[in-house]
Amino acid sequence: MTEIRFTGVGHRFGERTVLAGVDLVLTERRIGVVGGNGSGKSTLARMINGLVLPSTGTVTVDGLSTARKGRDVRRRVGFVFTDPDNQIVMPTVAEDVAFSLRRHRLPDPEVRRRVTEVLDRFDLAGHADHPAHQLSGGQKQLLALAAVLVTDPDVLVADEPTTLLDARNARRVAALLAELPQQVVLVTHHLHLLSGFDRVVVVDGGRVVADADPATALAAYDRVLADPAGPAIP
Amino acid sequence: MTALGLYRPGTSVLHRLPAGAKLVGLLAGTVLLVVLRRPWQLGLAALVEVLLYALARIPPGVAWTQLRPLRWLVVVVAAAQLLLAGWQQALWVTGGLVLTVALAALLTLTTRVTALLDVLHRLLRPLRRFGVDGDRVALLLALTIRLVPVLSGIVREVQEARTARGAGWSLTAVAAPAVVRALRTADHVGEALVARGVDD
Repeated sequence: MTEIRFTGVGHRFGERTVLAGVDLVLTERRIGVVGGNGSGKSTLARMINGLVLPSTGTVTVDGLSTARKGRDVRRRVGFVFTDPDNQIVMPTVAEDVAFSLRRHRLPDPEVRRRVTEVLDRFDLAGHADHPAHQLSGGQKQLLALAAVLVTDPDVLVADEPTTLLDARNARRVAALLAELPQQVVLVTHHLHLLSGFDRVVVVDGGRVVADADPATALAAYDRVLADPAGPAIP
Repeated sequence: MTALGLYRPGTSVLHRLPAGAKLVGLLAGTVLLVVLRRPWQLGLAALVEVLLYALARIPPGVAWTQLRPLRWLVVVVAAAQLLLAGWQQALWVTGGLVLTVALAALLTLTTRVTALLDVLHRLLRPLRRFGVDGDRVALLLALTIRLVPVLSGIVREVQEARTARGAGWSLTAVAAPAVVRALRTADHVGEALVARGVDD
């Protein structure tokens, strides 16, 4: 597995501290990240592919610094967002998947082959030439996932990919994520999705407050939620 | 619903023709439609377009969807021309307008956006020395087409939220939250573009 390493990571948006003192070495195949709204978990996830660069400390993926080698890191790390509408950039389904391959400069038949293959895998083959905006919410998230996985990244970071989906589609997306050969870092509020995971990191008030197997970490998260004092950093 | 990006997959001659050739055809057709001066020429052009639509196997309902947004414009233009310039001028202007839009719609119905963007990319290549990045321009146009339905969705949701709170239509009251949400969407799309390696 890929090694994702946070060393002394802190981050501020203006006056507000969103992350402080984060040291993590992530090498497990299935890693969950949980925390409340504004806890800093999304910022943590965005640091893995260099979308957010830390104010202090460093983040590396297989030794590559996200600050200096952002481009190489992003080739290894795919990212799925909460709202697929923000992630789909081309007007039709097949074109959006093909868009991911543009920077790979592959010959046309190879692009077509890969696009067809990934659309088949996600049951979107029948929609290849349909406008992306006509897909259902669940299908849009499948398309977003397909468009990321077509480039075959080593790591997939997903920031609340099931939050906007109904129960059926959430289960579908979760099952697809579970089957992936890739290393997966899943940020979620749907705690039941983490049952088979290797490791769960709990973020609260910009700090990692628990880091263990799912049962232990989620029990710690329960105690955080019950704490009337609230998070350490407001 | 917007008519943009409404490519209809098919295998007709028109579908298989290179996008560049179709663009040249559209240009030539538009010039012809502007210089037409006799009613029989307009009738002939209309017949040719009907045949082209048949050749591309576009159902009449779909063709109508392309032209329906024009209906009020046609009424207004025709009325103005009738009053100011007579029935013949009214016929040429409105007929030419409808036929030009129909011809352009036929291009989008039979051509993938990607194919059009590739043509644009090639056309812009000589401008590279002046600092024009063809990839960027092509991406800009693709994003525009893609985000039209997203933006109309935002406006609809804002209006629904007002309706739910018992307020009626108001341009400023809808525009302000819609613009804020559109800007937030722009931030998110920008982030997703970086994640997908656009700037790399």
